[in-house]
Amino acid sequence: MGKRVGIEVSIAIADAVKLARADVIAAYPITPQTHIVEHLSEIVANGELDAEFITVESEHAAMSCCCGSSAAGARTYTATSSQGLALMSEILYHPGPMRLPIVMTVANRALAAPISIWNDHQDIMAQRDIGWIQTFAENGQEAVDLTLHAFRVAEDRKVSLPMIVNIDGFTLSHVIEPIVIPDQEEVDAYLPAFKPRVRLDVKKPVTMGPVGIPEVYTEAKMAHNEAIKASKRVILQGWKEFAEIFGREYNPVETYRSEDAEVLLVTMGSISETAMSAVDAMRDKGASVGLVRIRLWRPFPGPEFRKAAGKASVLAVIDRCLPPGAVCGPVGAELRSLFYKMPGAPKIFSFVAGLGGRDVTVERFEEIVDKARAYAKKRPTELYEVIGVREI
Amino acid sequence: MAQIDAIVGWKDLPFGCHVYEPGSTAKFRTGDWRSQRPVLDKEKCIKCGMCWVFCPDMCYSQTEEGYFEANMEYCKGCGICAHECPKDAITMVPEED
Repeated sequence: MGKRVGIEVSIAIADAVKLARADVIAAYPITPQTHIVEHLSEIVANGELDAEFITVESEHAAMSCCCGSSAAGARTYTATSSQGLALMSEILYHPGPMRLPIVMTVANRALAAPISIWNDHQDIMAQRDIGWIQTFAENGQEAVDLTLHAFRVAEDRKVSLPMIVNIDGFTLSHVIEPIVIPDQEEVDAYLPAFKPRVRLDVKKPVTMGPVGIPEVYTEAKMAHNEAIKASKRVILQGWKEFAEIFGREYNPVETYRSEDAEVLLVTMGSISETAMSAVDAMRDKGASVGLVRIRLWRPFPGPEFRKAAGKASVLAVIDRCLPPGAVCGPVGAELRSLFYKMPGAPKIFSFVAGLGGRDVTVERFEEIVDKARAYAKKRPTELYEVIGVREI
Repeated sequence: MAQIDAIVGWKDLPFGCHVYEPGSTAKFRTGDWRSQRPVLDKEKCIKCGMCWVFCPDMCYSQTEEGYFEANMEYCKGCGICAHECPKDAITMVPEED
């Protein structure tokens, strides 16, 4: 049944990777991801995990190693953050279309300039379209569970796609939480050995990653996109099996006190826990407010989100990313597209909050809900608003 | 657009766009990228094979007479053969002519 322990989330994720029996870990340390791979290097050095730990010279090299090892048929893991993820960027676009099921934790952190080691979602949003399956964890337990789920889904032969588990830097990575660490037998029952559809083999030569001339490129992109979309079935199946073995249930979209709510906050990641406290506080005062949290970001769970939003008349969408010069934040834009011209669609208001480690407090959530309500009556002049920014 | 024997729809693309057949690029006849073609002056040619050696597309082959001939289905018209020819026997001629 696993054991509930007080443990730093990063260490727990490393333990999950060990329980998943990863074969190759290629990683470069970067705050706030460092503890994950640091602990994994100890686990490997101590002989607790029979894996190859490749100490690389950069994140670009880390992801390159991961592509090679996954292509060779090894269960492959890495973790990174912020500038490290940005340095990986060139390679990140390869494993998706090449169908290499690498699993990566991204400890989400702001991007420079100015230099910031603190938490927001700008690093991953800059890599939104790399063609990986992506989930966002809310707490430490979920970070561990989604890591196991990622191996299960990514390596499924029907999927065979790389997968990112996003965890908020510091807010999750460096926090000690009570977490149930599963038993090895349970994990072994959940996670079969990696049997790739194709692997590098000198006896059966294969070319991976060839040129796609104009006559082929569009078809290759189409095939990859369809694979991403089709992966949702296995993602759901992976969570169903997870619940059966471990007793914890996960869905692409979660709701909190959303029934009959007029206004719904929409969040991703760890601020959702504060948002739940804010919903409780506002409900206590008689406000009709609920929360919808997106766990599965790619492929985007459109039907599940529409169902979760229910009959709410207002969505207050919070982005932890400010794309300069854009119409609004990426989550806001996604949802506006999803509901565009749909009969009975809610009014969607986009807010940017929690950049570079700025806390999003209960009071901030209340401010966001108040503003969304006011905008529903009187259309705002801007398509999004940055919350908590000092004017003077 | 290149002429391709191996053209398929997206559903029939190999998994991950992997290539299992060695030398399958021969099916992609990409010579139509060319804007100029090499023309050989047999009076000057000494059959040394430098064009065959330097052609980056390996599209030269030797004829029964011993001359070297570029395969126009693959020649991209880069002009390296003309540049390397020690007897200036190869001239690049625009495709319009």
